[in-house]
Amino acid sequence: MYAQMIKSEATQDDPEKLAAFQARIDAGEKIEPKDWMPEGYRKTLIRQIGQHAHSEIVGQLPEGNWITRAPTLERKAILLAKVQDEAGHGLYLYCAAETLGISRDEMTEMLLDGRMKYSSIFNYPTLNWADIGAVGWLVDGAAIMNQVPLQRTSYGPYSRAMIRVCKEESFHQRQGYDVIRRMAEGTPEQKKMAQDALNRLWYPSLMMFGPSDKDSVHSAQSMKWKIKMNTNDELRQKFVDQTVPQAEYLGLTIPDPDLKWNEERGHYDFTDPDWNEFFDVIKGNGPCNADRLAARNKAWKDGQWVRDGMLAHARKKAARKHAAE
Amino acid sequence: MTAAAAKAQPALTQQEAFVQFLLRMGDNTLILGHRVSEWCGHAPVLEEDIALANIALDLIGQTQIWLGLAADVQGEGKSADDLAFLRDAWDFRNLLLVEMPNGDFGQTLMRQFLFDAWHGLMLEQLKSSSDERVAAIAEKASKEVAYHFERSAETVISLGDGTEESHNRMQAALDYLWPYVGEMFLSDEIDAAMEQAGIAPDPTTLRDAYDTRVSDVLAEATLTIPESRFAQKGGRTGQMHTEHLGHLLTQMQWLQRAYPGAKW
Ligand SMILES: [Fe+2]
Ligand SMILES: [Fe+2]
Ligand SMILES: [Fe+2]
Repeated sequence: MYAQMIKSEATQDDPEKLAAFQARIDAGEKIEPKDWMPEGYRKTLIRQIGQHAHSEIVGQLPEGNWITRAPTLERKAILLAKVQDEAGHGLYLYCAAETLGISRDEMTEMLLDGRMKYSSIFNYPTLNWADIGAVGWLVDGAAIMNQVPLQRTSYGPYSRAMIRVCKEESFHQRQGYDVIRRMAEGTPEQKKMAQDALNRLWYPSLMMFGPSDKDSVHSAQSMKWKIKMNTNDELRQKFVDQTVPQAEYLGLTIPDPDLKWNEERGHYDFTDPDWNEFFDVIKGNGPCNADRLAARNKAWKDGQWVRDGMLAHARKKAARKHAAE
Repeated sequence: MTAAAAKAQPALTQQEAFVQFLLRMGDNTLILGHRVSEWCGHAPVLEEDIALANIALDLIGQTQIWLGLAADVQGEGKSADDLAFLRDAWDFRNLLLVEMPNGDFGQTLMRQFLFDAWHGLMLEQLKSSSDERVAAIAEKASKEVAYHFERSAETVISLGDGTEESHNRMQAALDYLWPYVGEMFLSDEIDAAMEQAGIAPDPTTLRDAYDTRVSDVLAEATLTIPESRFAQKGGRTGQMHTEHLGHLLTQMQWLQRAYPGAKW
């Protein structure tokens, strides 16, 4: 899940219009860009879709970190294809957000100066090759948990973007699992890498679902509008229940001594992540926040002359065409 | 070849010459694919990130087939991965051009353009290779490379004919890379053997078509081709690579070297 702690906006609109809008949502209708919508709905969606888009973009960095060191040609090709998909997801999502009246450039500026966020998970480093497996298995896995229900979200362009994205994310998850499985079955060093990756990425993956429901103040309105489909704790539980047997199959140990099956609940009991660490990362103090933002800022700044040059050429071309007509 | 040189280098067998040719093709795509992949997540605009990843992916895909065939023909039980990850710099047969560092986006795209223009012409000829496997690879790869050329040419044109800054940067990139163009058209006994067997054209025969192709685009880009035809060489023979290749291999081959025999 790439959208965490999305603050929903209070709405001061005509009560009649609001009631009619809510009725459409309750009836399962899709809201389209030209339809009337409450200002709060629009703003909350921009924040949520924007944050999701930014996550896809920043998410290229930890995986890109290993493209040049991928151990085989096939692994390199698979990783390149994956990172290319993620950039594509960013593109669809920016397009979906643009239908709400904000430009991609504006959103980019807001990412770069820290006014908009991206998922906390991408502020953790990828330190060994098994991390590439763990990212696909856990991070894409967690993203799918959240995005599958969002295919039914009330906002048409967002829902359609999610449908395209989900198909590719499940591919990524299988490929990631295959990387880490190969290592878990490999040499002692490879197995050590796989366990190390799981040790470091387990709790950050649980954080992807956002704070515990009791601390999640913005959920109710978003759920009513169907731009959030499940609570954070529901999705986190579902993720743990799905992932524990996979880790067991790999022969890897989830770094939680209190993890155990609860027969009564029909779910695993597990330890919550350290929420202080989560809030630190959100505030900018994660292990990679500064580097990630610096890399994005550098790419944007270094690319200025390219964007300017392309724009200037397009204008010259249009002017020449105009003059010739 | 002089008598002295002939004595120093025993003639290659046809099989050895064929392997060398295949390595030249596969090492070009491997090294350039690697270079392009270094951009991942750092391109000037999202569409370029996607396009660069896509080009790198095509090139790595082509590498798998070229080096796979090289390993087969060699017949020593090696795989494409063994060739990519376990040879040292002196055994690489790529053009110097493709190992040159990325520099700025302009330098990367200029390098791509200068290579694509040659690559497309080469593959076009290889489609009618007497070796069916080579012809099949060329058939597939030439479709991808036609797109690479279209895209890199378009970008060179828009940045050459963009702002003053973008023009100056593209001219600087062209001036820097031009000495590495000539190596693509050098010919040696390996090329002669390939030509004789009908496997591949003599590279010198591609120069005129290349010059036409490149000068048309560069003229539209308002860029000036340097007058000197001096050619840096040593990549495709392996006699003298640049200092850059060793660093690239250090990164690319690290896992395979550090954990020999592991399956990934
Ligand atoms: Fe994605
Ligand atoms: Fe995603
Ligand atoms: Fe993904």
